[in-house]
Amino acid sequence: MGIKMQSQHQPVALRFHEQTGGKRKYTFIQAKRAWLPKFLLLWIMLMMLFSGSIYNGMDADNKVRRREVLGSLCEQRARMLQDQFSVSVNHVHALAILVSTFHFYRNPSAIDQETFAEYTARTAFERPLLNGVAYAQRVVDSERENFERQHGWVIKTMEREPSPVRDEYGPVIFAQETVSYLKSLDMMSGEEDRENILRARATGKAVLTSPFRLLGSHHLGVVLTFPVYKSKLSPEPTMNERIEATAGYVGGSFDVESLVENLLGQLAGNQAILVHVYDITNSTNQLIMYGNQYEEGDNSLVHKSKLDFGDPYRKHQMICRYHQKAPTSWTALTTAFLFFVIGLLVGYILYGAAIHIVKVEDDFHEMQELKVRAEAADVAKSQFLATVSHEIRTPMNGILGMLGLLLDTELSSTQRDYAQTAQACGKALIALINEVLDRAKIEAGKLELEAVPFDLRSILDDVLSLFSEKSRHKGLELAVFVSDKVPDIVMGDPGRFRQIITNLVGNSVKFTERGHIFVKVHLAENITATVNGKSEAYLNGGSEDVAHMAGGYQSKTLSGCDAADERNCWDNFKHLIADEEFCFDASSKKMTTIQVSEQVTLMVCVEDTGIGIPFSAQDSIFMPFVQADSSTSRNYGGTGIGLSISKCLVELMGGQINFISRPQVGSTFSFTAGFGTYKKNSTSDVKKHNVEDLPSSFRGLKAIVVDGKPVRAAVTRYHLKRLGIVAKVANNINKATALCGKNGSLTSGMFQEDIILVEKDSWISGEDGSFNIWQLDWKQNGHTVKLPKLILLATNISNVEFDKAKAAGFADTVIMKPLRASMVAACLQQVLGVGKKRQQGKDMSNGSTYLRGLICGKKILVVDDNVVNRRVAAGALKKFGADVKCVDSGKAALEMLQLPHSFDACFMDIQMPEMDGFEATRRIRLMEREENEQANGESNEGNASKREWHLPILAMTADVIHATYDECLKCGMDGYVSKPFEEENLYQEVAKFFESKPISDS
Amino acid sequence: MTMDVLQLQRQLRELQASMHQEGFIDDQFTQLQRLQDDSSPDFVKEVVTMYFDDSEKLIDNMKKILTQAPVDFKQVDAYVHQYKGSSASIGAARIKNICMKFRNCCENQDHEGCWRLLQQLQNEYSALKGHLMYLFRLEQELRSAGVKIPSLE
Repeated sequence: MGIKMQSQHQPVALRFHEQTGGKRKYTFIQAKRAWLPKFLLLWIMLMMLFSGSIYNGMDADNKVRRREVLGSLCEQRARMLQDQFSVSVNHVHALAILVSTFHFYRNPSAIDQETFAEYTARTAFERPLLNGVAYAQRVVDSERENFERQHGWVIKTMEREPSPVRDEYGPVIFAQETVSYLKSLDMMSGEEDRENILRARATGKAVLTSPFRLLGSHHLGVVLTFPVYKSKLSPEPTMNERIEATAGYVGGSFDVESLVENLLGQLAGNQAILVHVYDITNSTNQLIMYGNQYEEGDNSLVHKSKLDFGDPYRKHQMICRYHQKAPTSWTALTTAFLFFVIGLLVGYILYGAAIHIVKVEDDFHEMQELKVRAEAADVAKSQFLATVSHEIRTPMNGILGMLGLLLDTELSSTQRDYAQTAQACGKALIALINEVLDRAKIEAGKLELEAVPFDLRSILDDVLSLFSEKSRHKGLELAVFVSDKVPDIVMGDPGRFRQIITNLVGNSVKFTERGHIFVKVHLAENITATVNGKSEAYLNGGSEDVAHMAGGYQSKTLSGCDAADERNCWDNFKHLIADEEFCFDASSKKMTTIQVSEQVTLMVCVEDTGIGIPFSAQDSIFMPFVQADSSTSRNYGGTGIGLSISKCLVELMGGQINFISRPQVGSTFSFTAGFGTYKKNSTSDVKKHNVEDLPSSFRGLKAIVVDGKPVRAAVTRYHLKRLGIVAKVANNINKATALCGKNGSLTSGMFQEDIILVEKDSWISGEDGSFNIWQLDWKQNGHTVKLPKLILLATNISNVEFDKAKAAGFADTVIMKPLRASMVAACLQQVLGVGKKRQQGKDMSNGSTYLRGLICGKKILVVDDNVVNRRVAAGALKKFGADVKCVDSGKAALEMLQLPHSFDACFMDIQMPEMDGFEATRRIRLMEREENEQANGESNEGNASKREWHLPILAMTADVIHATYDECLKCGMDGYVSKPFEEENLYQEVAKFFESKPISDS
Repeated sequence: MTMDVLQLQRQLRELQASMHQEGFIDDQFTQLQRLQDDSSPDFVKEVVTMYFDDSEKLIDNMKKILTQAPVDFKQVDAYVHQYKGSSASIGAARIKNICMKFRNCCENQDHEGCWRLLQQLQNEYSALKGHLMYLFRLEQELRSAGVKIPSLE
């Protein structure tokens, strides 16, 4: 068992993997899930870079602006300084001209020290940059003595000592008050002044010294010198001419430091920038003119402006820088930061979304996996059930066998009772296991329905016959009615159809103590039309036969008991019949259309008047192992799996099952099922499948049915109709008499009754006297030539009643219900003297007739090595009319079955010496296959419907249960029967087989 | 109907009842009787006679094998199986039961047990044969008295 289980579980696991493998399709995000944090990191870095660049951009912008501001400030200062400087220079120039005009060209000189001092003091505001101005005269060494005498002082050097002898002197003769200390000092004695003087008289322009510490203030300053010429010079004088003409020099000292200080003080933004002024005449040694060399400033940003002070020889430059370093740009910083934060958030949101998607998809996949697993588990469960059920049956075989043996030993009555109970339980268990197996098979999808032609009506009759014993015992009316529009032969699975009907009827029989059980089959379309109440037209135009009968009926259902579903009551039922008859009478068009269509949907109702289903339990009634309540199984037995199987089967047949139930009133189960129609063109074959060969000898007979209950009468009519008997219905004996009298006397021969069927109820309720009188009347009327036969219909009849019936004139026969066409036929045969007598008695015992019908005339080979078994099997089959041949070994069987042969079936023992049943079957099948292939090869182009050899082979086995069933099927057998034969089992197998398979030769 | 016939009928009924009661025969035998009808009036007797022949042959064979030095239990088992089958077919319940025990013994190669069971088989067989012969004689007498054998149903 373990190995088996394993081998069955493997495909489940395999399928599971396939499914998961197939369904796993990752999205982009799912596939790159490991990259997500890296993506996030990358994003953050990108954002950082981006915001950094934004910051840089804004910062650079700021710097440019700052530079521009610095530039403009610096230029502004430079220009102002330059302007003021040149104003001063111009004024000194004017002073030089004044001196030359009034000192040299006028003789005597108009200027003396006082005049000069006063004039310069009063025009000092014109030269704000100059500390003071002075005039030095050019004195050559030859004139020194004369000059010193004339002025009354000695020429002194800068150090205020009498000047040593030189070529030339430049003593100051006039000086502004502020620089009066310069008087008599030789300007040529100072290094810077001398250079200045030489350069000035050579160029004739104002020249500047390099900056140096001024004598008076110790401020940094430069000295400006202008030459004064004695005579007017030619327009373009040479350098020598100039030197010759030079008379003296006007000079002034610029206090650059205080000058610039002053100037800057007047301008805005003075605090922010740092200004330096340099003399850059010597580019390698720049001399500072203004500004603290050591003052700290922002060295990163410098602006240089050129200064032109009018001396082409000297170059000056102003350098500005900010005091403080550029402040951090908060706007840029915040903007960049905000951008970064936003980027971060966006990134995080995207990341979160991606993570969420991944999680959701993961969950989704997990769910999918779980779903697949659940489904696999479900399939595994069904397989497990199937396996376990199968495995349980093997030991059960032993248990049942042993119980059987135990029962055969000498037991006390108590012991026997116990053992019998145990055996009954065991059999019930086997039945249950078979049902569970069925269900498991359905769930595992292993159950496949056949599609073979079968006769629906005969199957219904069979099912009824199975329950006839029980129903008769309980006194129930059990009846079946099939609409005429339902085709005789339909395509479907007869076995499964039978199973459903058996289950439903079985339930009904189990739960019904009084009343009736009524099985009704219609076309589904038909019944809906009728229920919709659209059938008034049919009724009006329909058969008056039914219409006139309708009056005076008291009961609406089969037995008179109320039923749960109103649909089966007479009101609807008569419409249905009317509908049918109308169609039947009017034309056969509708019939043909139905036969043309490929598919018919049948509606089957099983109505009972049992205990019903409590409302609380109605929802769960189709669930396996659920019964209405726990007390149900206690009182009635059963497991409740049957309905769930029926439901599955119905659904497999493409239909639906439902029910209407009222507690204490009854239940009506109805289901629809689709069947194929049988093709008309192969009519000749139909007879073969038509299991039940109803005798045709009754065709054209006429009958009157006397019944107070219209539905029941309709059922009787239905069965008679199947035998070809035309029936009329009367609801009591008086009416029947009237009917007969009318027909008999007035229009003799028009409706000459052959049979009168009287329902027991009607007979008992009617007055005995009247019945007799009618009979007398009949005889007196002279119609005794052909007296109708009287038949009593009864569900159960006591001996007293039977005697009474005989006395009342029902000498002919009593037909026990439930009615079945074949049984009615048998009874009629007996009554009318048509046909053989021997059938009639046996018709009463269920099954035999059908078995006989199936097997009769068939040629059957029995293979068994045991002579006694062989004889018994042969005897049993012969009893059902088969032509039996026996052989004692597999080899002999093979010889007998050399093709072509004329056997219809073979019953094969399994355990035989030399060649067992399995082996023999395998060889027979091989033989057949070869023959078929050969035949097919020959007749490929010819007749397509070449018959196939396939001899039905049934195993005979002593096993109580289907332990070896699978093996039987595996080697090519069609089924098995128990040994020794049990009628029921034999019938079941043979029926399945002869119905479903076209017989190869008969 | 004479008293004799009634007597015979009662005896027959009682005999069948006691055989059922004591487990000599079971329902299968009844089934067999049902198979008998006008077309084969001696069906039961025919089958049972076959069964007797078969039984004697089989018991002989078993005895032979069991007396040989290396006992071929498989062969014995095959015979017992066959005997069981035919016993089941005619409904000889007690013999069938012994056959089942016998097969167990064969499986266990229990020589002593086999012998014991073979003895039992012989005893049962002769008892059954006695009963059945008596039954047939009663039936024969009834038939010669012109009475149809009543069906057991």
